[in-house]
Amino acid sequence: MKIPVLRIYTLGYLLFLYCPIVILPIFAFNDSTALAFPLQGFTTHWFDNVWHDAVLAKALKNSLLVAGATAVLATVFGTLAARANTRYKFKAAAPLMGLIMLPMVLPEIIMAMALLVVLLSVGIPLSLFTIILGHVLVCTPFAVAILTSAFQSLDKSLEEAAYDLGEGPFSTFRLIILPLVMPGIISAMLICFTISLDEFIVANFLGSGEPLLSTFIYGQLRSPKNVPNIMALGTILVGVSIFLLALAEFFRRRGLARTGAKDSGGFL
Amino acid sequence: MSEPLKRPRFWGSQAASGLALISPTALFAILLLAAPLAATLVYSVMTDGYLTVIPRFQLCNYIGECHSQLADGTMAPEGYLGAWSDPIVRTLMARSLVVSILVTAATVLLAYPVAYFVSFNVDASKKPLWLFMITIPFWTSYVIRVFMWNVMISRTGVINSALQGLHIITDPLQMSFTIQAMVITLAHAYAPFAILPIYVALEKIDRSLLEAGQDLGETRFATFLRVTLPLSMTGVIAAVLIVFIPTIGDYVTPNLIGGGKIPMIANMIEKQMLKADNRTLGSAIAVSAMLVVGMVSVIFLMLNRRYLKGQK
Repeated sequence: MKIPVLRIYTLGYLLFLYCPIVILPIFAFNDSTALAFPLQGFTTHWFDNVWHDAVLAKALKNSLLVAGATAVLATVFGTLAARANTRYKFKAAAPLMGLIMLPMVLPEIIMAMALLVVLLSVGIPLSLFTIILGHVLVCTPFAVAILTSAFQSLDKSLEEAAYDLGEGPFSTFRLIILPLVMPGIISAMLICFTISLDEFIVANFLGSGEPLLSTFIYGQLRSPKNVPNIMALGTILVGVSIFLLALAEFFRRRGLARTGAKDSGGFL
Repeated sequence: MSEPLKRPRFWGSQAASGLALISPTALFAILLLAAPLAATLVYSVMTDGYLTVIPRFQLCNYIGECHSQLADGTMAPEGYLGAWSDPIVRTLMARSLVVSILVTAATVLLAYPVAYFVSFNVDASKKPLWLFMITIPFWTSYVIRVFMWNVMISRTGVINSALQGLHIITDPLQMSFTIQAMVITLAHAYAPFAILPIYVALEKIDRSLLEAGQDLGETRFATFLRVTLPLSMTGVIAAVLIVFIPTIGDYVTPNLIGGGKIPMIANMIEKQMLKADNRTLGSAIAVSAMLVVGMVSVIFLMLNRRYLKGQK
């Protein structure tokens, strides 16, 4: 019998990928502040702490606000750029798209610092709004990537048929194109929401000290007695993230099914 | 979201419609990305005035010794060294570069077989599920993921306590606060960025080429080396760049895994920009870091240019 080396390797690799997330719930329910074996018994104490933490509640509220605004803005920007780039041919497209996609590879610290210095010298005070600006910059490339594939799989003849039947450009967009790419739009919004919720560097440097989930977590991790609370919080967050992603994946696939494209898989 | 399609001349042309449609996004990126990056470049050749930046051109933020200007207009007697002259900055830059190269090598080498497996050995109908499985860990809180590695490898952490509990070792292994620990953490963090581009390149390979190779008497391994690997190099190159470039600026890992004991260049940029409030030197270090990354990337692309021929 042939030994499936590749399959075993890949499963091992998945184990490596999932290791940190699997350990998270183990210690979230473990009755000890020390994150080590042997386990000390079952408790929901840490979840209780998380539930009653006033600063965390504030951080969550701020994070949801920032992530919500980021998701909407980045997706609108992403839709415009992806549509322009897939529908029209123009010379400025390549350099402009290059700039828009740049945050995907640019080290975040450099982007955050550059933005911070400019905001401070222009005199814009740091607030949740400046974090949103930074997050939109970070998330737009992801929205563009998702929506580009959504627009690319559109059959151009559908649009032409609408024109032939007397629809104007706006009503064509609303009646034909928008419904077809809607799954892509929802998927992009969910992805941007998730990225913004997790993002740390921009949140840390462009904020005014108002707590956000990621900066709250980072601060708590510095004192060992608070770490188990973060295990509990992390378990909840991983659950929510997986749910949102599964939802995004569902809409992305439905979008592909709707336009009849072949599923090439993946978000990126 | 109006699209002026039927107006005459320039206003109805492809270029005008495209530009009009892309302009909000482009404007946003120009104002909040291109302008700040340009400002960083300009700041790096200006004079530091402690809380301000004085528009006087100089190159000492890069080479030689610099003096900040005091509030009364005189120069501070105590100078500071420019980014390339300061041995500390040089050390951090070299360390960041070494860590980035190690992370990139580890990530891409570990990722290739996974991408190969999903592309060649998995049923077409199950591929999206596999890719989804691979990307899930990537979408969970980055700070927590990095911290969890610390939990696993620290002196009193999961791995040591488990091995001690099983009586495999008596003294804990020293794993945290090392460069290796940072490399493992970052290789974990960037895994999907490496797998996906390689997977996409592998998917594009015409399977009949592989059959042709084997029909002509090549072994499977020889076919892989001479057909599959060269054809997938575009994906490998993309993976290398997409892992290497952001890694050099990583800020969280040196703090959480290195325990602040092994700072990298990002921590130095932060220190100069904020704590030391020397924005000109901070800018010069940031620009230098980008130059180093850019140069290494260009050299890498030059070395691999034969694989990129005939492709966009």
